[in-house]
Amino acid sequence: MTKQVVQVDRVVIRFAGDSGDGMQLTGDRFTSETAWFGNDLVTLPDFPAEIRAPAGTMAGVSSFQLAFADHEITTPGDAPNVLVAMNPAALRANIKDLPAGADIIVNTDEFTKRNLERVGYPASPLEDGSLSNYKIHSIPLTSMTVEALAEFDITKKDAERAKNMFALGLLSWLYHRPTEGTRTFLEKKFASKPEIMRANLAAFEAGWSFGETTEDFSVQYEVKPATMKEGVYRNITGNLALAYGLVAAGQQSGLSVFLGSYPITPASDILHELSKHKRFGVVTFQAEDEIAGATSAIGASYGGALGVTTTSGPGIALKSEAIGLAVSLELPLIVIDVQRGGPSTGLPTKTEQSDLLQAMFGRNGESPVPIIAPQSPSDCFDAALEAARIAVTYRTPVFLLSDGYLANGSEPWRVPDPSELPTIDPGFATAPNHVGADGAQEFWPYLRDPQTLARPWAIPGTAGLEHRIGGLEKADGTGNISYDPENHDRMVRLRQAKVDAVAEGIPPLTVDDPDGDARVLILGWGSTYGPIGAACQIARRSGVKVAQAHLCHINPFPKNLGEVLHSYDRVIIPEMNLGQLALLIRAKYLVDTINYDQVRGLPFKSVELVGVITDVYNSLDAKEQA
Amino acid sequence: MTEALSLVPKSDIELKAKDFKTDQEVRWCPGCGDYAILATVQSFMPELGLRRENIVFVSGIGCSSRFPYYMNTYGVHSIHGRAPAIATGLAVTRPDLSVWVITGDGDALSIGGNHLIHALRRNVNLKILLFNNRIYGLTKGQYSPTSEQGKITKSTPEGSLDYSFNPVSVALGAEATFVARTIDSDRQHLSSVLAAAAAHEGTALVEIYQNCNIFNDNAWEPLKDNDVREENLMRLVHGEPIVFGAAKEKCVVRAPDGHLHVALVADVDPAEILIHDAHAEDPGLAFGLSRLSDSHTLSNTPIGVFRDVAKPSYDRLVREQVEAAQASGTGDLGQLLRGSDTWTIS
Repeated sequence: MTKQVVQVDRVVIRFAGDSGDGMQLTGDRFTSETAWFGNDLVTLPDFPAEIRAPAGTMAGVSSFQLAFADHEITTPGDAPNVLVAMNPAALRANIKDLPAGADIIVNTDEFTKRNLERVGYPASPLEDGSLSNYKIHSIPLTSMTVEALAEFDITKKDAERAKNMFALGLLSWLYHRPTEGTRTFLEKKFASKPEIMRANLAAFEAGWSFGETTEDFSVQYEVKPATMKEGVYRNITGNLALAYGLVAAGQQSGLSVFLGSYPITPASDILHELSKHKRFGVVTFQAEDEIAGATSAIGASYGGALGVTTTSGPGIALKSEAIGLAVSLELPLIVIDVQRGGPSTGLPTKTEQSDLLQAMFGRNGESPVPIIAPQSPSDCFDAALEAARIAVTYRTPVFLLSDGYLANGSEPWRVPDPSELPTIDPGFATAPNHVGADGAQEFWPYLRDPQTLARPWAIPGTAGLEHRIGGLEKADGTGNISYDPENHDRMVRLRQAKVDAVAEGIPPLTVDDPDGDARVLILGWGSTYGPIGAACQIARRSGVKVAQAHLCHINPFPKNLGEVLHSYDRVIIPEMNLGQLALLIRAKYLVDTINYDQVRGLPFKSVELVGVITDVYNSLDAKEQA
Repeated sequence: MTEALSLVPKSDIELKAKDFKTDQEVRWCPGCGDYAILATVQSFMPELGLRRENIVFVSGIGCSSRFPYYMNTYGVHSIHGRAPAIATGLAVTRPDLSVWVITGDGDALSIGGNHLIHALRRNVNLKILLFNNRIYGLTKGQYSPTSEQGKITKSTPEGSLDYSFNPVSVALGAEATFVARTIDSDRQHLSSVLAAAAAHEGTALVEIYQNCNIFNDNAWEPLKDNDVREENLMRLVHGEPIVFGAAKEKCVVRAPDGHLHVALVADVDPAEILIHDAHAEDPGLAFGLSRLSDSHTLSNTPIGVFRDVAKPSYDRLVREQVEAAQASGTGDLGQLLRGSDTWTIS
């Protein structure tokens, strides 16, 4: 039958099912098809910490949301237009996020009395009229898949497992997605199990054909490719971009990358990825604990490697003393914190920005550490290079604060040519740097570069520069142990001045204010960039004047930040914590910021930020609104 | 074949003990056993024939951990308990270095116990010198994990309740490939053990009985006093029967149930006397030997090399994986970044 084709500019789809239903894989495949087609896209995987929670329970629901559009987008969308619910738990867990009129595709095979009761549905919501505001597509996905695969020599269980491919086929038809990528993917994935491979391909095709023939779907949608800057693109998650950024940092500095790490959600994928890149000389060391992850990296840096440690908030707590040692030794060290919900074990698979103050202050003594934060999954690549630049140039540990949303979320990335990437000069010390009272050539490990205040990095194996360093206070210059009161005061101030000097090498904060006369500034950091940007665009469409600025360098702040802040009447700071950046801004610049905080383990919805921006804008008097 | 120090550059000039001394004032208490160990290590180092700049001493926290400041090599005085982990990162990335870890009974066995056992099981190319004085010195006299139970200290006025660790037993339990014990004041024995440790590929743990004359004076006196020490010391020599005592009247035999015990030579058939085999693959007998000593009286205390077996070091295995990956060429960054799934906008 001929179907009506409707053009839309933006779609949000959420696949939801049991942890074992393959929803992440289904989402990944749909994402690849969409990326290949040329839409801009943003994804939001959301899954439980349990590997396999009891089947059919709310606790076991895993979902994958994806927004795609014919224009540039920055968020995975506030509310899905389509929900694929593989069981009652998936429906129940997600229904509250759907706007009226949304399409819901449900797998009716799973809507049994037992499964309904299990999640607290007294009667089937498909029959009691409670879903009358939505367009329900009741499809027996499991039994249709099993039926479509009847001719294959596979177990019933394997046939049932292919239901996610049936669903993917249906959605691919519904949105006119190209299918070669998925075919190639299945051929590769199941290369060693040809019958399973053919069955999955057949399930995928059966889903597609079902869409074409069923009367349930009268409309097919089309989203035109987005206009994007020229170049070669790929899709990339934050964790992958971080790993690639670290490999690139090694190549661009000529240093071998050493990663000391202990597995922790949501950072482990960086360890997994880097362990594949021995061809680049990358060494990964799965340490006995978080502390050894950091200290082994410090040892590697002492020897002239680019020492890196990756973790999440609880791991940072354990590494604190080691990071303090790196502050005192003044050696390069990249500390990557993929933040998750806290305190304690908290919400391992959910996102949060609540480690900023831990990164800033979570060590004994005056122990300043530069902090940078990527703003999107692909920006993680640049952030890793920038962290390496600061660490190597200033001989200091550097915090890179990613989060669970950036780590697992993905977006198209214009792949840079290596020739476009910055180079990093390790500048190892090779000769004595001081003449002693007796005229002898000496090496002083704490004689600083006058500009950067960085100390020389003399690595073992360099003759004549033998020296001893440690966590005890050192005499300015010689680096010998010193308990002198004036010297300690000077050294504390020097270490702070060195970190402050990082500001000399970073670009000024830019402000996005299309009309140039906004009186309200919304300031963010890290992964809130997408939702804040989308909110500003929406607010501006209704005449609200708002300027947006986003901090990538948080310690030190860009030099013009004070000037920027003081040129607005109101400053809004939304954060996925209880106001940690706001605390720093208030303390340093005496600005009465308006904080908007949430810690739900999920990114902000643009619509809630539009509300905040609009309220603040409306609170200005007419003159201020300009 | 063993790698040990083969990748560390040799010195072109003949170094002397004084070349390993620094201009820093040594700040241990007068009479501390650490002085003897420092002097022995400084005079032993030239024997290795290595370039001084390719030697690194890494320590944790405690009296013994000040050691690197007094060695004119590269050195890191780090944080409490973490020296084996720091040294691991260094050794894995720099096969051209001879890396030594200096630690104490508190640093290695209490706060740093985890790092110690994992360094030992991995067989990282490190030589760990564990100065055991059975007391916390730098914090001024609390009991340590090697203090005998019942020890009266500042923190245990009624006597400590903890059962003590035997560092050699711990190391053998972690399947360390080289485990030895020696004594601070026995310069010759200490030097010979250091030489054996240096020649070993992988982690070597050397426990050094060291006297803290301020907080635990004479802790090892039964093994040092000229009149009684031969009665207590069991000197292990690979391939030799284990016979000891002032008149060589005691020996070690294996009971039918497999346990080791001390017997009088006169009472046993000479064929029954255990021959020490430091190269035995199974650490069981070495462990059995480590259990013979009495933690209070120190009778039947073995010294020497308990175990010395060949096993590729962790850092060598790491290098081999990297070399295998690079056999077909090093990585191409542009290719990596593009991956296999790209599209072009023109």
